[in-house]
Amino acid sequence: MARLNTAEGDTVIHVSGLRNSFGDQVVHDGLDLDVRRGEILGVVGGSGTGKSVLMRSIIGLQTPLEGDVEVFGEPMIGREEYEAKQVRRRWGVLFQGGALFSTLTVAENVQVPIREYYPQIDAQLLDEIAAYKVAMTGLPPEAGPKYPSELSGGMRKRAGLARALSLDPQLLFLDEPTAGLDPIGAAAFDALIHALQRTLGLTVFLITHDLDTLYAICDRVAVLADQRVIAVGTIPELLALDHPWIQEYFNGPRGRVASDAARREAAKDSRA
Amino acid sequence: MSAPADFEFDDGTLRFSGELTLARIGDLPQRLAAIAQAPAQIDLDGVDRIDTVGAWLVHRIAREHDARVIGADEDVCHLLEQIAAADKPLKIRPDPSPPFVRVLREMGDATAVAGHSLVGLLGFFGATVIGLWGLVTHPRRFRFNAMARQFEVVGVTALGIIGLMSFLIGIVIAQQGAVQLRQFGAEVFAINLIGRITIRELGVLMTAIMVAGRSGSAFAAQLGSMKLAEEIDAMRTIGVSPMEALILPRVISTVFLMPLLGFYAAVVAIVGGGIFCWVDLDIPPITFVQRLQEVVPLTDLWVGLIKAPVFGLIIAMSGCYQGMQVEGNAEEVGLRTTASVVQAIFLVIVLDSVFAVFFSSIGWI
Repeated sequence: MARLNTAEGDTVIHVSGLRNSFGDQVVHDGLDLDVRRGEILGVVGGSGTGKSVLMRSIIGLQTPLEGDVEVFGEPMIGREEYEAKQVRRRWGVLFQGGALFSTLTVAENVQVPIREYYPQIDAQLLDEIAAYKVAMTGLPPEAGPKYPSELSGGMRKRAGLARALSLDPQLLFLDEPTAGLDPIGAAAFDALIHALQRTLGLTVFLITHDLDTLYAICDRVAVLADQRVIAVGTIPELLALDHPWIQEYFNGPRGRVASDAARREAAKDSRA
Repeated sequence: MSAPADFEFDDGTLRFSGELTLARIGDLPQRLAAIAQAPAQIDLDGVDRIDTVGAWLVHRIAREHDARVIGADEDVCHLLEQIAAADKPLKIRPDPSPPFVRVLREMGDATAVAGHSLVGLLGFFGATVIGLWGLVTHPRRFRFNAMARQFEVVGVTALGIIGLMSFLIGIVIAQQGAVQLRQFGAEVFAINLIGRITIRELGVLMTAIMVAGRSGSAFAAQLGSMKLAEEIDAMRTIGVSPMEALILPRVISTVFLMPLLGFYAAVVAIVGGGIFCWVDLDIPPITFVQRLQEVVPLTDLWVGLIKAPVFGLIIAMSGCYQGMQVEGNAEEVGLRTTASVVQAIFLVIVLDSVFAVFFSSIGWI
């Protein structure tokens, strides 16, 4: 029986004893984190707690001072460029601003990773792949031949997501996907991530500040504070903990509003 | 790792096997295209794994031949539905226009841009004059600190590079002139060449080019990034006039400094030429200076000193103007910075030729 091309094993990302610092400022010290297959893991933390640095350490844009990073069971630190590339093509990354190549159209942006890794794919299939990827991320067909500078912020993120998905990754990294979007656009983007995650069987590593995103789509949440991951779990599990930052984060005015909204949404779903 | 993607075709059924994924697809699309007969059903039972590319190929055949898909579990059926829903034609790049039309359009665009920036620069000049008049009538609004800072940035810190450049240019003129004049046994006329050309033309012109590259571009980049960061809007809301706080100090300091820098450049070039004459042509410095006094008329100095502030005005204005035109994104800052330097140097050279004709016609030759 055919099945989806999901990652093997139960743990997709395994980080242990990670240490990062910039000059005297220690960002991570003894950080451990596991991301399980098929989950959407939300990563939260105050500004400057090194959420983005953690992501950059995992995807190899930053070499940590100490510690091990394994992705798909393969060690990532100090790998040869060729070997790292083989692992790298199994994940996709959406950067905060979309990071689209400004000289290429949206459709060409989606084609770049495929051209790079699979040059034997013929031009017609390449165009068809770009077309359905663009459509899957909810962009209108007119967006294909447009340049990134002609797109709105929300469309740029969708186009960035289409490019992140172009190699059919098993693992997706998202850096603040809803930052800078209006609430309606942010909710739509959350729904899109959730739908794609279900359709493609993705594992998602998601950095966010958006409490609504956490409540709406994250299976588990990892909290970064004091240079470590201080807790990982579902939101009810985190709420049961006594850490002041976690309590303030989820039980602050914004946290309560988001949790009420999530409850209403759940009630609406169960009625429907 | 399991087998690469493959298929077999018998009795109207297309049976896929192996990994139907982008990484393992190989030449499957080409081989599929070569099938002559239309399949009635597609069997995915032998497939280990499937991703969106595999699903797309399956969907494409199913759509073309109206075939039924069997042997897929719930997740894969869902994937196939989603792929079918995403099957919309898409243009990859904008339609290319015919080359002739494109050339015409580019020419038109370039002309329009040139016209707009000339008119805009003229308007900006007007705004600067009005701002200046505001300063004259309300001298207390004069920003002494901003001006002193610009004097340092535009003038003092440029002394090293302009001096070095002028010194080398002086040597080059002396050397090239001496080589040519030697053919007539008139090497001594190299002094005329050095003295007149540096004071009248090259001192100011080369300085203008250096200041345009050093300071004009910096003005455009600074003001442009301030505009992007909404600093200039913030200034206006607080009630500070960007014209008085940013533009006038830059324009005034460049206008004042250009004659000083140009004169300095001419003197250093003469020193460079003089050293060459002394070392290579055995003309002692005292003779060199005496000869300079005889051959360089005072009007040459006036020509240089009159041109310099005008060049300074053009450089500062086009830098500030292009900086204030930045809108949208960071790329624009780069484009505008380049535009400011190109515009400034171009206008400086155009005006230089106008000045040359003018001064010749009033007899300052």
